[in-house]
Amino acid sequence: MADEGLRVLVCVKRVPDSSSQVVLTPDQQAVDGRMAGYTVSPHEECAIELAVRLADATGGVATALSLGPGESAEQLRNALAVGCTAAVHVVADAVAFGPADVAREIAAVVKAHGDEGRGYDLVLLGNDAADTGDFQVGIRLAYALGLPVVNGVSTLEVVDGMVSAHVDGPDGAETYSVPTPMVATILEGGVEPRYPSLKGRMAAKKVEIEERSPSADPVGSHRVQLTLPPPAPSSVEILGEGPSAAAAVVDLFERLGVR
Amino acid sequence: MILLWLECDAAGVTDISLETVAFARSLAAAGGGIAIRAALIGEVPEAARDQLAAHGVDEVHHVSGPSYDAYAGAAWASALQDIRARTGCVVVAAAGSPRGNEVLAHLAARLDVPMAANVLSFSGLSPFEVTRQVAGGAALEEMRLSQRPALFTVAGHAWVATPADTPTSPAWHEESPAVAEADLLARVSARGETKEEGPGALTTARVVVGAGRGAGGPGGFDHVIELAGLLDGALGVSRVVTSLGWRPHHEQVGQTGSRISPELYIPCGISGAIQHWAGCSSSKTILAINTDAEAPMVTKAHYAVVGDMHEVVPAVVEELKRRRG
Ligand SMILES: Cc1cc2nc3c(=O)[nH]c(=O)nc-3n(C[C@H](O)[C@H](O)[C@H](O)COP(=O)(O)OP(=O)(O)OC[C@H]3O[C@@H](n4cnc5c(N)ncnc54)[C@H](O)[C@@H]3O)c2cc1C
Ligand SMILES: Nc1ncnc2c1ncn2[C@@H]1O[C@H](COP(=O)(O)O)[C@@H](O)[C@H]1O
Repeated sequence: MADEGLRVLVCVKRVPDSSSQVVLTPDQQAVDGRMAGYTVSPHEECAIELAVRLADATGGVATALSLGPGESAEQLRNALAVGCTAAVHVVADAVAFGPADVAREIAAVVKAHGDEGRGYDLVLLGNDAADTGDFQVGIRLAYALGLPVVNGVSTLEVVDGMVSAHVDGPDGAETYSVPTPMVATILEGGVEPRYPSLKGRMAAKKVEIEERSPSADPVGSHRVQLTLPPPAPSSVEILGEGPSAAAAVVDLFERLGVR
Repeated sequence: MILLWLECDAAGVTDISLETVAFARSLAAAGGGIAIRAALIGEVPEAARDQLAAHGVDEVHHVSGPSYDAYAGAAWASALQDIRARTGCVVVAAAGSPRGNEVLAHLAARLDVPMAANVLSFSGLSPFEVTRQVAGGAALEEMRLSQRPALFTVAGHAWVATPADTPTSPAWHEESPAVAEADLLARVSARGETKEEGPGALTTARVVVGAGRGAGGPGGFDHVIELAGLLDGALGVSRVVTSLGWRPHHEQVGQTGSRISPELYIPCGISGAIQHWAGCSSSKTILAINTDAEAPMVTKAHYAVVGDMHEVVPAVVEELKRRRG
């Protein structure tokens, strides 16, 4: 497989941008992104970057996959603009799909492509999605495929079919050595995602996205509803304005015993 | 019965795992005095025995042996699966730490049951409903866990790790359940240096000085670094700072960075987006320095100075030096 170049699948989810105000949909089943816009999680941006680097370094292919509504094509085009060269869109209402459903659908694509002789050496996902934060699709996917999975990966290298996956563990740096094919969930921080170039954007427009339907009806997410946490009342004490507040600040340090 | 997977470090059971025990005690009480079993996997420091008794654990399964010498998510879940099958526990929970979420997700996949990550509270037992953090804490999800066992992790800092009213003397079981070869494929095979634990380490620092977009550029950090140094503290930054390449990612505080809980956090030029707040909300005291009196970081802080960080921070540094003589 190594001489043919690595085949990497990277899974991204279209999510509402929650960096400013968060608004819920009227049925309280999802975060409404119509005002703030849509994005993918920072973890997934890093997963895309790793996928593209691995594919480029070996003359392989980085394919982006998303399960979501028609608009998810936007996130796939963004992935194509930064170096993915193929994309798969499982067209479905992502809100109705729980993490086990999503894992099953990704597995169905991986198996179908495998049967057609275009299987994957690596499947990369984010550690957790920015909206539902289930922390599990990658692991469920690994079980559905019968593959090993490493979680929370910062960077990885592949040499002769062996993956070295680096994780910032609870007591320090850890390395896992795992044979391909394997699944890895990526954490932000190991690589800097690149910005799309004009050339990349143009190329992205030309790629034909493979559209698929879900392989089964969703079981669902077991969500009853979403709510917004009540705003905490402000009890801030303003120590002053500008540099003249310095004395009051150091007084505070003394009261807190931190100087 | 409730089964908990508890994590240990060199000093004993981790704080976030003890918070999970506190949550479990409340669940056990609501269920009419359900027993709490704890599984500890790998090396267990001596202090853990007293902690488990003080925190009201009824039975302890200590899992060790060659298969458990190096961490493997699948092997850890396989041990929990084995204990659960033997004890018939209807709830399995762990801390909402990276490992806690990972191990419970493995167990959920193996048992083909749902798993709720980062639970804050439960509202009913039948049906069992929990509320959990989603979107980095910007929203809450009420989720129904009808299948058994019910699997979840407990969000950090949602519960206080108080000892039980009545300590227990837990029965201790030494075990070494067999692990399938496939579950050892993805296993830690090498470790780097252990993390520094000095005053400069972000997650353990007593004081953290934060800097965000207000720093203005890669050269805008000298004064905040000097202040952090004077206070034996660490520098923490926002994601804007790391994604612009001004500072390295390991200094990032927030949902996709480190979670800090210092005595004092001093965010300078940080707006206080929910994803940043997710990483700093458990600071004991927050002193915000920001030009905008309406910034969320200012309104959520305990104390604030409204002003330009490039003027306020140097003045604070001068005042500190002056008083120290
Ligand atoms: C899924 C997801 C995960 C994320 N994870 C994280 C994370 O882990 N950590 C994180 O930090 N962010 C994270 N973010 C990004 C987050 O939403 C915000 O975009 C980010 O925190 C904003 O950084 P900032 O406060 O530095 O910048 P801004 O929001 O631009 O705020 C700058 C602040 O500085 C003030 N200011 C400007 N000039 C000065 C000056 N001279 N003196 C004093 N004050 C000044 C302004 O009034 C303003 O309040 C995440 C976002 C998403 C969608
Ligand atoms: N609808 C989706 N389409 C593609 N990938 C997804 C989808 N949902 C989740 N994922 C992937 O699974 C990761 C973990 O998601 P979660 O377990 O829901 O927190 C995400 O970071 C994505 O990489």
